[in-house]
Amino acid sequence: MAVSLASRVGGLVSLDACSLLGNNGVCKQAEQKSHCSVVVAGVAAFQSRFFFGDNSPYTSTSVVWRGAMTAGGSKAGGGRGRGVVAAAGGEGSTATMASAPELVKPKPKAKPQELLVTKEEGLEIYEDLMLGRTFEDMCAQMYYRGKMFGFVHLYNGQEAVSTGFIKLLKKEDFVTSTYRDHVHALSKGVPARQVMSELFGKSTGCCRGQGGSMHMFSKEHGLLGGFAFIGEGIPVATGAAFTTKYKREVLKDENADAVSIAFFGDGTANNGQFFECLNMATLWKLPIIFVVENNLWAIGMSHYRSTSDPEIWKKGPAFGMPGIHVDGMDVLKVREVAKEAIARARRGDGPTLIECETYRFRGHSLADPDELRSPAEKAHYAARDPITSFKAYLLENNLVTEAELNAIDKKIDDVVEDAVEFADASPLPIRSQLLENVFADPKGFGIGPDGKYRCEDPGFTAGTAQV
Amino acid sequence: MAAAVASQAVASMASVAGIAVSLASSSSSQVARLQLTTPAAPSSFGIGRCHLLTRSSATSDFGSTAPKKHAVSKVATNAVVVINSDNYGSALLYFSHELLLFEALREGLEEELDRDPTVCVIGEDVGHYGGSYKVTKGFAEKFGDWRLLDTPICENSFTGMAIGAAITGLRPVIEGMNMGFLLLAYNQIANNCGMLHYTSGGQFTIPVVIRGPGGVGRQLGAEHSQRLESYFQSVPGLQMVACSTPYNAKGLMKAAIRSENPVILFEHVLLYNLKEKIPDEEYICCLEEAELVRPGEDITILTYSRMRYHVTQAAKTLVNKGYDPEIIDIRSLKPFDMYTIGQSVKKTHRVLIVEECMRTGGIGASLRAAIMENFFDELDAPIGCLSSQDVPTPYSGPLEELTVVQPPQIVAAVEQLCMRG
Repeated sequence: MAVSLASRVGGLVSLDACSLLGNNGVCKQAEQKSHCSVVVAGVAAFQSRFFFGDNSPYTSTSVVWRGAMTAGGSKAGGGRGRGVVAAAGGEGSTATMASAPELVKPKPKAKPQELLVTKEEGLEIYEDLMLGRTFEDMCAQMYYRGKMFGFVHLYNGQEAVSTGFIKLLKKEDFVTSTYRDHVHALSKGVPARQVMSELFGKSTGCCRGQGGSMHMFSKEHGLLGGFAFIGEGIPVATGAAFTTKYKREVLKDENADAVSIAFFGDGTANNGQFFECLNMATLWKLPIIFVVENNLWAIGMSHYRSTSDPEIWKKGPAFGMPGIHVDGMDVLKVREVAKEAIARARRGDGPTLIECETYRFRGHSLADPDELRSPAEKAHYAARDPITSFKAYLLENNLVTEAELNAIDKKIDDVVEDAVEFADASPLPIRSQLLENVFADPKGFGIGPDGKYRCEDPGFTAGTAQV
Repeated sequence: MAAAVASQAVASMASVAGIAVSLASSSSSQVARLQLTTPAAPSSFGIGRCHLLTRSSATSDFGSTAPKKHAVSKVATNAVVVINSDNYGSALLYFSHELLLFEALREGLEEELDRDPTVCVIGEDVGHYGGSYKVTKGFAEKFGDWRLLDTPICENSFTGMAIGAAITGLRPVIEGMNMGFLLLAYNQIANNCGMLHYTSGGQFTIPVVIRGPGGVGRQLGAEHSQRLESYFQSVPGLQMVACSTPYNAKGLMKAAIRSENPVILFEHVLLYNLKEKIPDEEYICCLEEAELVRPGEDITILTYSRMRYHVTQAAKTLVNKGYDPEIIDIRSLKPFDMYTIGQSVKKTHRVLIVEECMRTGGIGASLRAAIMENFFDELDAPIGCLSSQDVPTPYSGPLEELTVVQPPQIVAAVEQLCMRG
């Protein structure tokens, strides 16, 4: 059942929803038999209620979200059995994996007024999910055919996170990503042609072939990268959020409300830059959303082997921001959470940390033999394929017809094929491109022995870059 | 406006003798006054390219006697006229005021903060504390806490944050409380600052300035006595400059802020209290140029930052001994000004590099290679290089002195090089 957010009373929510404070081990929502796969750790409620009294000076930041897509069956989405997302009946704290058949329960049809998306939105979301999946599958093919090289990290399985968040953003909003950035680029609006060309190393790529798979940038679409080192993009996203804040505070631009989203993984949540930026974001109330795509694995390092407290969402309240845990295989749940977080950032209330439980169906990269993950785990998540479940949702609720979805499938196939053809036909960069973008101001190459700036020499770009 | 500037430059070429010429031209409410003057400050025997100066709207509270300035027009850094050394002495007809180097940095920074509202300073204790060396004293009160952002202690992240702000429209000046602390920001400086413009295919520019005090001080201990110029010099996409006088400190600060490239401005802890007269008029220094400190015939001594003063001190001894060294403050550590350096090498045929960097992989090492590659046939002797010892700077006074190049060593090296060939 879609529950409105009117459960917020005066901005401060009574924490009858979840047991995150540890008084009991059971999620009260689960007791009510309505599924809650979303947990909130609001600072105000947490601290003001139990440590500072109701007159806490902390601004109220707690929100309760209730995911509505899979009513009933609390194991679905809560299969990991984390303490606060306990299943009904007190199962809660052991990290047991539910087996695949248990997850596929018949879901009751939602009533029309409870539908979370309109038909148009549904089609848009489906198209974006399919674009991400189809594109990544094509990347794998192209890689094995020797059209792209190096490290290629595919996003299969995690599409719900990218679509759920980015489709709610405006063009002026900013996104930073990691090396697993193709689908973030596509969701943000970078044309598939440009992304594919970039992967092929052609000069028509979004970064002129100079960035590659791990460095997708688009000024036009607000994609601030694509970073190879984990954690590197988080300060950059924080800086973009700072620019919005600066525009409001210093440049007095009332309309400046661009929001930044930083996407990163579970491994990054152990990195210093993550914590440092959580601190600064809350300190200055920056309009940023930190999205952890927790797919449980950092190459071959299991999240549970590397993290003292695996519940990443908890790290939000430690820094004074709400920490949310959401089922990242369910695009509608992600979207609900994203809506609230983006609205919160846009109205100036500050940052949010959102942990999305998700999974990558392929290895870390195309070079990863992927031997460490158990088949049972893979099967568990394969059964929760975001595209399959969203498609089912659309069809069961009669939002779309099968034919419409097939038409989208075909359209996407055409888009991706066209992207490959375009990339194939595009030229490779020429010699003179090598030095063009080293400096924004090419005077930085210095003054040569003849007294002229090196860049003034017409033959310069055919030479070398030594200074 | 640019056309007016150019035509006046042409007109005043006729009266070039290094004498300051003022020409009045009016365009609506703006009065542009042009002066031709030398770039070098009175304390150095400077020649080089001259700068067209126009009056700016920047205000300064540091004892300036100049009248209120008018709106800024384009400030040119390379004029059509080159003034030669003969007429230097008659060029000092501009109004000037005396201040310390850190005040000159402050003045330059303040002028840029006034001029462009997207310029901001990000660093530890830059706001309420006024900067660990008082370069931003009083700014937080004037410009506000958002423009003088006091950060928590997280160099890597606030440097990355400044880069994110730069690519979305701001122009941050990142202050490392001590340059050594920027080692913690090396990830962001190398990967994003230097390379993001390139990996984005030229879409994003990073107009940041990274500045802070470095170099060997007085018994500050190893970690506070670091010279990072050698570590950053290989990062593609970065420019590096080192200031050494109040004049070039202010000029380089302003140029760095206005540059679209990321620039690292190296300041030196022991030079902050140097006193000098600088022009009242607004000026900027060229980021890529070296500065001629003392013309000479016998040997070219290339140096930068604090070692400039050890060299000039050694020069007194050398002059008494009959040598005529040409001293060049290279100022631009990356890229090297191969023209000024080359002209000098062609004249003297001997080179000595004196630097405070460590010997291994330092600026001197790169400079030696560049000179050898470009001017091998001009050399009568191998290029000498005096650098600091490859030793963590000891705390104890006598030991610390031994790690850094001292004037007697410079004198000895010059004598040795001049004996050869």
